[in-house]
Amino acid sequence: MCNISAVEYKDYYTVMGVARDASADEIKRAYRKLARKFHPDVSKEKDAEARFKEVGEAYEVLRDPEKRAAYDALGTRKAGEEFRPPPDWQFDRGGDTDSGLHSDFFEQLFGGMARGGRRTEFRSRGFDAAGQVEITLEEAFRGTERRLSMQRVAIDERGREQPTTQQINVRIPAGVVDGQQIRLPAQGQPGIGGGPAGDLFLEVRLLKHRWYRVEGRDVTLDLPVTPWEAALGETVRVPTLGGRVDLKLPKGSQTDRQLRLRGRGLPGNPPGDQLVVLKIVTPPARSAADEALYKEMASALSMNPRQAMEDTP
Amino acid sequence: MTDPISALLLDETAEFSLAELCAACRVSEDLVVEIVAEGIVEPMGRERMHWRFTGVALTRVQRVVRLQQDFGVNLAGAALAIDLLEQIERLRRAQRSFD
Repeated sequence: MCNISAVEYKDYYTVMGVARDASADEIKRAYRKLARKFHPDVSKEKDAEARFKEVGEAYEVLRDPEKRAAYDALGTRKAGEEFRPPPDWQFDRGGDTDSGLHSDFFEQLFGGMARGGRRTEFRSRGFDAAGQVEITLEEAFRGTERRLSMQRVAIDERGREQPTTQQINVRIPAGVVDGQQIRLPAQGQPGIGGGPAGDLFLEVRLLKHRWYRVEGRDVTLDLPVTPWEAALGETVRVPTLGGRVDLKLPKGSQTDRQLRLRGRGLPGNPPGDQLVVLKIVTPPARSAADEALYKEMASALSMNPRQAMEDTP
Repeated sequence: MTDPISALLLDETAEFSLAELCAACRVSEDLVVEIVAEGIVEPMGRERMHWRFTGVALTRVQRVVRLQQDFGVNLAGAALAIDLLEQIERLRRAQRSFD
């Protein structure tokens, strides 16, 4: 009936960080703590999603007195050790599982039975799937495509989980912002018993850009300018996400002056702006002639930029 | 390779009716009414049958459901957690952009 293959033994007590004789209350407390630590909504730990699933699976077994007793009856083994259920293994098909993905170990022990009682007449929509995708700022501006590997788990007519990997091509429209959620209808886990598939939800992350800082749809660019460009109010070429534009600096601009290029940020309704922050860069005095020029400026353009500080006692 | 699948942006411009929101989040209308009463999401439109929700609201309702299921918090607790999580996310984004 069941195809019995070797799987890695999972030590659910170690996963939960509790003793083998822990009470139901202790197990619940440990679960709540770990769930807060690794919950994908809350946690920033790298492998949070995987850890959360692992903890959820351990709790699913240890919270249920029947499953826990059956698991305990297997005895103690080392985590990761090759494991086959004993030939006389029979788990009374009990409750329903509420998660889409289990370890092979769990599947061997409880998998086929979890939904067993309902089998063919059981029909439901597949689980939703979630993930993250990282794109560059340029891709967010223009829109982009990504090829994603999806771990899909089909439930066969015996109620067993059948994992497969599928590639899908996703088109991400222009104008996403950092942290944007996107939805791909019917691209989640397959339906059960002919039910419709779940949805796929992705969070889009913007990769850090070399030049631009991003806030929502607005982008900020530090623009180096020479003293004479700033003082005389010259026109300079400025990169924007949509290509270079000419920008006339206001005469007498100082460092940190902000200029706004309306609608030049990320597209949207309304589109964002590009903020240009002027950074005046002074030319190095490399030669005697350069130095003479600076000295001439010092005498001709007398100026004390620290005047305000000196006037304050 | 198959044709690319177009992603739908769950932003302020996306709009969902109450029924669409309930289907996408797999929740009852009653729960959404409670979530609205808690001030977690704010629909456009006055009558329930004319309610429209943004993509951001949809994301929030999903979050409420996960927080309820996984932590056993009530709606007030979920509302507080969501406010704090969104604040942290804003701060993290700002920090990432200036690092």
